[in-house]
Amino acid sequence: MVQAFYEAPAYHLILEGILILWIIRLLFSKTYKLHETYKLTEKEKEDLIEEWQPDPLVPPISKDHPSLNYDVVTGPPSHKIIINGKECINFASFNFLGLLDNERVKQKALASLKKYGVGTCGPRGFYGTFDVHLELESRLAKFMKTEEAIIYSYGFATIASAIPAYSKRGDIIFVDEAACFSIQKGLQASRSFIKYFKHNDMEDLERLLKEQELEDQKNPRKARVTRKFIVVEGLYINTADVCPLPELVKLKYKYKVRIFLEESMSFGVLGEHGRGVTEHFGVNIDDIDLISANMENAVASIGGFCCGRSFVIDHQRLSGQGYCFSASLPPMLAAAAIEALNIMEEDPGTKCCSVHSNLTPGLRLVGVPFAPALHLQLDRSSGSRDSDMQLLRNIVDYCMQRQVALTLARYLEKEERFLPPPRYVNVGGNHASWVGCSQRFQSDPWDELAKCKNSTVKAVELIVVAVPHTDQYDLQSNNNSRRTDKKE
Amino acid sequence: QQKVFTDMCLRGQHHGGLYKRPFVESFEETPMLVAVLTYMGYGILTIFGYLRDFLRQWKIERCHIAREKEEQRDFVPLYQDFENFYTRNLYMRIRDNWNRPICSVPGAKMDLMERASFHWSFLVCYYSAIISFLHDVINLGSYNYLGFAENTGPCAESAAEVTVKYGVGVASSRQEIGNLDRHEEMEKLVAKFLGVESAMAFGMGFATNSMNIPALTGKGCLILSDELNHASLVLGARLSGSIIRVFKHNNMQSLEKLLREAIVHGQPRTHRPWKKILIVVEGIYSMEGSIVRLPEVIALKKHYRAYLYLDEAHSIGALGPRGRGVVDYFGLDPCDVDVMMGTFTKSFGAAGGYIAGKRELIEYLRSHSHSAVYATSMSPPVVEQIITSMKCIMGEDGTTIGCERVRRLAENTVYFRKRLREMGFIIYGNKDSPVVPMMLYMPAKIGAFGREMLKRNIGVVVVGFPATPIIESRARFCISASHSRELLDKVLGAICEVGDVLQLKYSRHRIQPSLVRPFDDSVYEDIDD
Repeated sequence: MVQAFYEAPAYHLILEGILILWIIRLLFSKTYKLHETYKLTEKEKEDLIEEWQPDPLVPPISKDHPSLNYDVVTGPPSHKIIINGKECINFASFNFLGLLDNERVKQKALASLKKYGVGTCGPRGFYGTFDVHLELESRLAKFMKTEEAIIYSYGFATIASAIPAYSKRGDIIFVDEAACFSIQKGLQASRSFIKYFKHNDMEDLERLLKEQELEDQKNPRKARVTRKFIVVEGLYINTADVCPLPELVKLKYKYKVRIFLEESMSFGVLGEHGRGVTEHFGVNIDDIDLISANMENAVASIGGFCCGRSFVIDHQRLSGQGYCFSASLPPMLAAAAIEALNIMEEDPGTKCCSVHSNLTPGLRLVGVPFAPALHLQLDRSSGSRDSDMQLLRNIVDYCMQRQVALTLARYLEKEERFLPPPRYVNVGGNHASWVGCSQRFQSDPWDELAKCKNSTVKAVELIVVAVPHTDQYDLQSNNNSRRTDKKE
Repeated sequence: QQKVFTDMCLRGQHHGGLYKRPFVESFEETPMLVAVLTYMGYGILTIFGYLRDFLRQWKIERCHIAREKEEQRDFVPLYQDFENFYTRNLYMRIRDNWNRPICSVPGAKMDLMERASFHWSFLVCYYSAIISFLHDVINLGSYNYLGFAENTGPCAESAAEVTVKYGVGVASSRQEIGNLDRHEEMEKLVAKFLGVESAMAFGMGFATNSMNIPALTGKGCLILSDELNHASLVLGARLSGSIIRVFKHNNMQSLEKLLREAIVHGQPRTHRPWKKILIVVEGIYSMEGSIVRLPEVIALKKHYRAYLYLDEAHSIGALGPRGRGVVDYFGLDPCDVDVMMGTFTKSFGAAGGYIAGKRELIEYLRSHSHSAVYATSMSPPVVEQIITSMKCIMGEDGTTIGCERVRRLAENTVYFRKRLREMGFIIYGNKDSPVVPMMLYMPAKIGAFGREMLKRNIGVVVVGFPATPIIESRARFCISASHSRELLDKVLGAICEVGDVLQLKYSRHRIQPSLVRPFDDSVYEDIDD
């Protein structure tokens, strides 16, 4: 080894010597991180902690924020409702089939209460499954003519838990712009790519699907594992019109996407027997992968359900968050839902036909003729949403003084993706149940309806039309019209 | 250097003032042999799982599970095969321990329905497959802490009256026309019960968390959440869009370190100061049985000016000398907790959740919560059950039933845990928590324990992966005030027997059974960690 040292050429030794010196220098030099070229001292840290002031937990709310003061209802919320001490005809709750104060439903709920108590004290997996739940699930599946159904204890959570159970990060969902808030929350929880298409516009949807197909051809490996879904509502709660289901099914088979249908408003209402928009259009129910609905509108109970083929629905029993991690539906509410289903099956004629008429200049009716809940929207809007809402509130108050209960449609302004314009809800179909029990009312139900129409007409005349025809509303003139109204 | 504050606590300088009673919690370590055997067990099951999958794929074994429709075979598959591996091969073998249907009140004793053969349509038993009933099975699985799950008595009668008067449904949201006078009365009562300014109630406990945390925090805020928080808290935190950082379970040093780092360094890349910091903890953690170290959390929160969100789903009604929850248990001031959340499902025998706190917070939630705007309000008989049971616990109905039940629950808890420990089982959690997890570890014992206990007419809950870490599967008992001492003795005898048969007595700290002594407040015990 020493001999090799002597025999090596000079430049070789010098090079190696320099390299060794360089290595020693690198080993002993101070290292520094590229990003944090500073280190704070303890005192600086304490100072920063002292100085930091958080925002208040909630921003302050002014006393007369419109959504702060709720209207208090004393007494049962049925056809006649007592709001703020005044008895009004109820045009505002989603009681489409009038089952909210049905005696049979109440008796069944009472019987269930006497057997099971009120709460279930556990989730479905841990002794929270009652025989009523199983019976309700099998009855719903039989009614909708699907293989299986699954029940949730809260209507909002139904579609919001169903979507993230199937669609994960990297999947693609095509949604209508007018989708309701619970669908939006489900989409947010699923972390998938969301693509919006214009409301009920099949060409727009087809354009998006074609674009996606081109992308898939560029990257076939990724396309083989990316699931694609279309989420639509049967009867849209925001625009009160129906989705074109036959065209959607054609698009489904052409582009190989699955359809999730949300039928909260149309269950019990559309179709010959009340089975929803699939029966209305005559579409085979097996073509729809998942139908989700809540039982809080037509069925007049609490909770929601999903139904479809077993292959699809079973998955939610272990991965639907609102199902696995939450207590089950109280058995008396399930028993009430079963009885409501019985009534619906016995008497399929109890569905809605509605009032569709042109009111006066100033208000526009939004929705299809057979929809149970319609929107009344201002024809001509002022510049700001706030003054529109104030005007509608005045109309609602005026109608309530005349014993007709209407309600402003409520939205969370900052959270909605496509905020619908200000409007209020007029549940015209409610009168169908009056036809069944018109002996209860002294006057003819058509009279009551006409009274409602007259009141709204009067309100509109006084408040809307009395204001001069300018594009910008003057708040002062608005107040003036209120004062003249009160003098009457 | 970071643990300035908590070090002072541990060294006892602040300690005497923070904890008014001894805080005894223990999580005994897994014995090495047991851990090795458990991993081996899972390994063998995985190998068999692959074998069965292979056989099913080559059609040597018949496949019973539901399949996709013929016309949709060429669609992208809805489920990845690997996602369901655990479910198909491990869960399906022992699935008779879950989803057991009952057909009576879920009280101290219940009636179970037994399933004849399993319909292979996965996880639910169909109504038609039920053949027999098991009567008077002792119920250790339902969350019935104060025994309000009953179908007779003042609660059930007033709920019946309200059903006849108001009906069952409401069909409108709170902001529109669904706000009944009963709702307002209930909310005032909840506020009075907790000792805060005002409260607001929602129809589902899960939805209370997932819809209100997004209303409180948003982009630019930080959420510090415990490792073992419930799925609803995790979902709410995710939906809010804030940055989430996780601290080790019930570990105050970890929390302090995160707080200091967060305030000093600010938001991740821009280093702007955070708008708000929200600490999210639970009162009792239902899988561990541990109670949150609330005095220390509140001291930290005050020092660093963060906000505290306390989820008392299991602890409301079940802890504390007056049943007011974990704040009452530690003797603290409810105004220190910024957002108190809880559910009515467990101790009140109803359904739903609430949020309580200062008046400004509740007013903000009334106008900005997703639930108030879009979701239907609570059903009237459920509201009535809450009102009656809460009045009973507070003693406002003129009887002492409420106090009796709270006291009995505390006694039952202490007795049950002491006896189990003496027998030699490994029990996790705080000695005062009515949730008692008993470790099983091995996968085969999960199924065996559930079935053996059912043979002895006792219904228990067993939990495995993914609700718990993979080797720490456990059986979880929920003590109730409606369990009498004789019932508990019978259960303990059965558990001892099954424990001997299945060799579940893993504990190496066998304690000699002490003479029965009343609980002595003045004796200071060492803190176990």
